Amino acid sequence: MHQTLKLSEKTINQTHIISNFLTDVANVCLFIVRFIKQSFTRNHEFKEFFKQCFQIGYKSLPLISVTGTIMGLVLTIQSRPVLARFGAESLLPGMVAVSLIREMGPVITGLICAGKIASSMGAELGSMKVTEQIEAMEVSSTNPMKFLVVTRVWAAVLMIPLLILYADCLGILGSWAGANLKGDVSFTLFFSQAFSHIGFIDLMPAFIKSFFFGAVIGLVGCYKGYNAGRGTESVGIAANSAVVISSLLVLIVDVIAVQITDMIGIV
Amino acid sequence: MKNNNPYPVIDINNLQISFGNQKVLKNVSLQLFNGENLVVLGKSGSGKSVLIKCIARLLDADSGTINVFGDNVNDIDNTKLTDFRKKIGFLFQSGALYDSMTVKENLEFPLRRIRRNMSQPEMDSKILETLENVGLADALNKMPSQLSGGMRKRISLARTIVVDPQIMLYDEPTTGLDPVTSDEISALINEVQKKYKTSSIIITHDIECAKATANRIVMLQDGEIYMEGDLATFENSKDPLIKAFFK
Repeated sequence: MHQTLKLSEKTINQTHIISNFLTDVANVCLFIVRFIKQSFTRNHEFKEFFKQCFQIGYKSLPLISVTGTIMGLVLTIQSRPVLARFGAESLLPGMVAVSLIREMGPVITGLICAGKIASSMGAELGSMKVTEQIEAMEVSSTNPMKFLVVTRVWAAVLMIPLLILYADCLGILGSWAGANLKGDVSFTLFFSQAFSHIGFIDLMPAFIKSFFFGAVIGLVGCYKGYNAGRGTESVGIAANSAVVISSLLVLIVDVIAVQITDMIGIV
Repeated sequence: MKNNNPYPVIDINNLQISFGNQKVLKNVSLQLFNGENLVVLGKSGSGKSVLIKCIARLLDADSGTINVFGDNVNDIDNTKLTDFRKKIGFLFQSGALYDSMTVKENLEFPLRRIRRNMSQPEMDSKILETLENVGLADALNKMPSQLSGGMRKRISLARTIVVDPQIMLYDEPTTGLDPVTSDEISALINEVQKKYKTSSIIITHDIECAKATANRIVMLQDGEIYMEGDLATFENSKDPLIKAFFK
């Protein structure tokens, strides 16, 4: 009898978890549909969009600069001895450039952006929800979805690929600096070597997937903030879950992108 | 010729709303007449704030009707919601000032969206005039974080009245303020009523605010109307719940 009760309690808990999960999935889908619908209706908030581009793009530059440079520098310092063992040091600029542009640059910059941008969106919109600012917008005849979400997501979609390109360039610059720590390589030689190994086929898939990184980061950050609970604790939860989920989704999008490029033979 | 006869600007009939299994409002019916200040009293959790959020269509009622100037709020589609909300001003409990904007930008925000044909100089002079009316003209370029609680409430009130609404909904206007500032806010509510000819619903559990502003009082208890009347009716009531409020 006791065992049967325990079992039915467990079944009820599992049903709750499944129903909560399905409700969350439905809410996310609804949120994306509303976002798409609001993106293509009139009265766009261009001023807010440019403000968000400035916030996401320009204000992330210091962090991305440091990350990009260190990526290239460390990659060079780590791979140089291995390449030297095979007498292939001349391949160093090309190897670093290809690995940075195809994979490391987009993924690491994407993860850094998930930490910085998704958390700030989650916290900002979450605190706006708690302090009734979103409702105040509604009574001011403003669609908060359009003003807050559409502007932020599109700004992320536009700015994150640019930040990734910027990080790639600084990564190669950092790599040149790394190569010069134990050698003497001219700037022109290093860059001509690096770019001779990069083709359109390396750049394009990475560039395309970076737009999806931007969409994932923007949507998750805004969704978590916009749907935050009522207390101040929910602001922290919104920011935290925005970072965790968007980081995870950046990696999942990357795996899918790699599978697609593999399937169509761009490897 | 001006019509001085009172007519209902808000007419609520059998309003019901639930959150999950909890019924928050149960068959609430009330009217707000033109030019009056109606105070809705009640304990925390009695459904006062939910009531005015339903009026502003921030929440959708489960059943019942809310007619504002003859239009059923629940039937207003999204395209007409903007026009409907032009008529209503909502003062939030927390003030709800936009943290990232200056006081001027906070006032400009609804003005730019509701009074679309206003030029920038017209807007600037309207903002300054409204700030003067709440006694805070010198706060024009301040950020909300630089303002005290009372100042935030005044600026929030200025942001609400800057678009000249016909109906004002005040959600706990004096909560969290010291008695002196509370009296100032109550006086300001009366000033707004006289100057802007607004009809108002004031949600509060602050008896001093109710006494200072009410033309009529409605008491909500557990989502139902418990008592309705003028201030004298409430003050003379022998009902223990009412006496507990007015002691």
